[in-house]
Amino acid sequence: MTAELALAPPPLLEVHDLTVEFVTRRGTVVAVERVALALAKGETLGIVGESGSGKSVTSYAVMRILDRAGCIAGGTITFSGMDVGAAAEPLMRDLRGREMSMVFQNPRAALNPIRKVGRQIEDVLRQHAQATAGDAAAKAVEMLRKVRIARPEERYHAYPFELSGGMCQRVVIALALACRPQLLIADEPTTGLDVTTQKAVMELMVELTRERGMSTILITHDLGLAAAYCDRVCVMEKGRVVETASAADIFAAPEHPYTRRLMRATPRPGVTLRDLLPADTAEAAAGPDVARRAGTRDCGALLEVHDLVKAYPRKGAGATLQALFGRNDRRADDGMFRAVDGISFTIGRGESLGLVGESGCGKSTTSMMLMRLIDPTSGRIVFAGEDIGAVPARGFARSPLRKRIQMVFQDPTDSLNPRFTAARAIADPLLRLGGLEGRKAVGARCEALARQVGLPVELLDRFPHQLSGGQKARVGIARAIALSPELVILDEPTAALDVSVQAIVLNLLSDLKASLGMSYLFVSHDLNVVRLLCDRVIVMRAGRIVEEGATARVLSAPESDYTRELLAAIPHPPV
Amino acid sequence: MIRQIGKRLATAIPSLIGVVIVTFLLTRVLPGDTAAYFAGPAATPQAIAEIRKTLGLDRPLPEQFVRYVADLARGDFGNSLTTGQPVITEITTRLPASAELTLAGLIVSMLVAVPLGVLAAVRQGSLVDHACRIVATAGVSLPVFFTGLLLVYAFYFLLGWAPAPLGRLDIFYSPPPQVTGFFLIDSLIARDFEVFRAALAQLALPALTLAIFSLAPVARMTRASMLAVLASDFVRTARASGLAPRAVIVTYAFRNAMLPVVTTLGMVFSFLLGANVLVEKVFAWPGIGSYAIEALIASDYAPVQGFVLTMAVLYVLLNLSIDLAYGVIDPRVRIEA
Amino acid sequence: MNQSARIDPAAAIPAVSAPAAAPLTAPAGLPVAAAPLARPSIARHARHVIAENPVTGIAFALFLAIAACAVLGPAIAPYDPLASDTAAALQAPSTRHWFGTDQLGRDILSRVMAATRLDLGIAVFSVALVFVLGGLSGVAAGFFAGWTDRIVGRIADTIMAFPLFVLAMGIVAALGNTVTNIVIATAIINFPLYARVARAEANVRREAGFVLAARLAGNGEARILLAHILPNVMPIMAVQMSLTMGYAILNAAGLSFIGLGVRPPTPEWGIMVAEGAGFIVSGEWWIALFPGAALMLAVFCFNLLGDGLRDILDPQRRT
Repeated sequence: MTAELALAPPPLLEVHDLTVEFVTRRGTVVAVERVALALAKGETLGIVGESGSGKSVTSYAVMRILDRAGCIAGGTITFSGMDVGAAAEPLMRDLRGREMSMVFQNPRAALNPIRKVGRQIEDVLRQHAQATAGDAAAKAVEMLRKVRIARPEERYHAYPFELSGGMCQRVVIALALACRPQLLIADEPTTGLDVTTQKAVMELMVELTRERGMSTILITHDLGLAAAYCDRVCVMEKGRVVETASAADIFAAPEHPYTRRLMRATPRPGVTLRDLLPADTAEAAAGPDVARRAGTRDCGALLEVHDLVKAYPRKGAGATLQALFGRNDRRADDGMFRAVDGISFTIGRGESLGLVGESGCGKSTTSMMLMRLIDPTSGRIVFAGEDIGAVPARGFARSPLRKRIQMVFQDPTDSLNPRFTAARAIADPLLRLGGLEGRKAVGARCEALARQVGLPVELLDRFPHQLSGGQKARVGIARAIALSPELVILDEPTAALDVSVQAIVLNLLSDLKASLGMSYLFVSHDLNVVRLLCDRVIVMRAGRIVEEGATARVLSAPESDYTRELLAAIPHPPV
Repeated sequence: MIRQIGKRLATAIPSLIGVVIVTFLLTRVLPGDTAAYFAGPAATPQAIAEIRKTLGLDRPLPEQFVRYVADLARGDFGNSLTTGQPVITEITTRLPASAELTLAGLIVSMLVAVPLGVLAAVRQGSLVDHACRIVATAGVSLPVFFTGLLLVYAFYFLLGWAPAPLGRLDIFYSPPPQVTGFFLIDSLIARDFEVFRAALAQLALPALTLAIFSLAPVARMTRASMLAVLASDFVRTARASGLAPRAVIVTYAFRNAMLPVVTTLGMVFSFLLGANVLVEKVFAWPGIGSYAIEALIASDYAPVQGFVLTMAVLYVLLNLSIDLAYGVIDPRVRIEA
Repeated sequence: MNQSARIDPAAAIPAVSAPAAAPLTAPAGLPVAAAPLARPSIARHARHVIAENPVTGIAFALFLAIAACAVLGPAIAPYDPLASDTAAALQAPSTRHWFGTDQLGRDILSRVMAATRLDLGIAVFSVALVFVLGGLSGVAAGFFAGWTDRIVGRIADTIMAFPLFVLAMGIVAALGNTVTNIVIATAIINFPLYARVARAEANVRREAGFVLAARLAGNGEARILLAHILPNVMPIMAVQMSLTMGYAILNAAGLSFIGLGVRPPTPEWGIMVAEGAGFIVSGEWWIALFPGAALMLAVFCFNLLGDGLRDILDPQRRT
């Protein structure tokens, strides 16, 4: 009956006006500028942004583990009432691991490679006096059990290289939660993991933090992840916070233009490619929305694949002996690892086929074989009526068919020769197979291609390290279409790009396909992107095709359990 | 584990075979008449013909090679022209001297270089760091024989602290009874502290020369390796877990940083064994290096061949031990994934 | 002895696909201007690096001085390096003889300057030789793998089975006591290092995206090796060359010190130190000191230059 004035409890973490600077060769760079956030007890806050937004730097500042070149130039950080922005190092050491801890992106690299994982957990426990020499081992095993690692007593003695990526991340989580801290900062904890593993790890983290009433900061570039697991979301751009709101509000009604752009650019069900672009650009975009032509056209199939197999000999002494003395038996599973285990499909002219699967399913090997960069073990590849599988990979560069099948690579940095300018890189196929005479002709064609992919012509003289990710991607695309190929294989072309850049590149790819009449084989792990770009889709697992059909049908009413599992594992932002 | 050792041993065998073949070819490559070289500059034509027959130099090459290998297996490295003694006896007598010198130099060098490199990496940008880098760059630039001479000039001629560079032991003392061949150890075993001190005094400068020589690559490698490890993800995790600085540096950083250093030890030994020869000349140290140099000057080829072969075999075995040691300390190699 | 176990603590499983986490040291958020950038020339960049790194500038100046000495050598020396004057033997440094005289009355300064040509010449020729042989075979081994790799690897391993200086001694003893043979011996003992570095560089790039793209563009294997891979390997090899110059000089000097290769009265730094060695114990320090100091200076200069070259030639830093 007494009206209690329910005072809101003070926030666990309060960051006020934080500015972080780095000393670089080119002078002082401001990485984070006047950032403010607050985190209540038991709350999960998501920090969302693209690369360079300063989200990781902010968390490193909170934990005070900035690089030598970095320093907190202004503002305050208050944790549990203590000023940690200016606290002495011994106090910070006490807090780290015991009151606030962190989970990082690359789990295997985050563990000491020559120390048993159990011992690493023990180190943390004993450092913060949560265990004595006698019971540390038992407590470490207990932690391993808590993070759902099977046979924890055995796994205690394992080294990180013996564990899978998902298991390593669980160990890192165990390390972080061993001393029951109040705050957990997770910096891109699931990036690099398979989508099913991703879900398992996130569920585990959520369960453990909720159970202990912990507060969490989840740093991610993935809006879907933030929407699914966070109470409040804070959006950062170029070192500043642009918007902070509850998850429901921010996805239903984003206020800041940057947030809106980010939301728009995220591939999700129920939108078209044009919808990904910023509102003003979408209207100005030339050409009609891509009318997806379902199925094959009258010209028949462009590419036919029949029972394609790629097998590698298993490593080890047994395999060597087999190779020396044994029969070359390809039928049964005697010493051969089948990366691709008998797949068949077709691609029609002007069609876009998606190839989806998790890591190790054989999709990269398949695309390598179709590109004729490696030879298949058995099976046929028929392109435009000709059996190209019969031509050995080594000699294919000289075949007249070479220029009709091209590829856009995943990593724009790795796929451009660091010593070639953009112009030289684009010109390479023209010089070898384009039949163009003279520098002027080649130069003119390069400029035309650059314009076609939306690359400013002035950038043609630049080296890859002087170009941004999106610009490098465009160079790769220009190089791929230089010879006007009929089939282009795209191997995760936007995986390494920010989501806003991805939107632009996906639209570009779609427009090029329409205007040049190419067929695409689009290899990806991201089902949302596949949904937008592909007419049909194939799902691969362990070297085999488990499902195939029109994109709309497969992604809304899948027949195979595996496809269902994949779809369920994708975190969705609320539409 | 035994399988691992077996595999490593197996990789050493082709190297040994290569070594034997190369040393064989080296003498056969001599311009002119091989027999004349082995007979010596003062030999008469009959003596040369005799040598040719005794050494089998008139037989076809493959047959010569078989004979060579058979001789080696019996421990016959030929005879020295100047002394007439079998080469193998000389080498075995002189080997401990070289070994003692090299090991002393290496131990001193590691004791200084490793902590220096670690400190330089941990205190990046400080005085220690700059000192380490200067030492490393200067150290690789100093010719080892020049360092030796400078040390002799400074410590013997100017300061008079060190004895004259005339070998392992002053003529007033007699060597301790032979147990290992290492004067330092043997004198301690015989409880002869006078001889121990005298041997140590003679060993000081040459060992110091070798130590200065190998200081640079070891310090450089330690520093670089430590820096790389300190910037790695797992050290970041250790720091983020609040581990004490000592635990981070010693248990997490140092052990990982030492792995590449152990790998480079092979290279360091290669330099050391070569530098050994030069240091032996400067300090008149009676090891196999000076034996080879004297033989070279006298155009006496059998000792040179024996010297090269011995050094190479030693080196192969050293590398093998390093590989095995590495296999033990790195679990990624130990547990064949 | 393939001790190629490289420890990479950050070796991670190949990610399914992921945007790279923002680097923590210097944020990559520096926007690249869309305005056209003046194409940076090598000269401009070199000046920039030297301005940042005064030590490299000093090393470069020193290199020019040494090169001048080598080229002009005997022409600018005050005395004839071979002229002996027994009356003036064993004189300490003075105004007439800046570096003093040796036991035969020869002016040491002139001899040191004349020796520059010989020592540098030996180093340059042996480095050039091993660069061509070792570099090409290493790159071929790394790129083509298979038998090429096995053969080159076997040769390199056989050489590496010897302590290198000892092998050089053996080779010079076997082939004959001439300067040419010192060059050959130095080249042989440096072969494994070059081959290994070149092989590693080619191997890393063998499966790189741009090599696959080059195949798609219709390049044959040989053309990929020469036009695509080699330009990427060159900078590292150039650094290697500068560093091995220093080592080649030390090697030649060491061989001469023990009496192999160069014969008196030819002036050469190693021989001069050997001649001066006997006089150190009696206090005539200048005979050995000056040639030794010249040796040290030359090697030091090349080592610093190697570090500086790495900065200039690495395309990542070309802005």
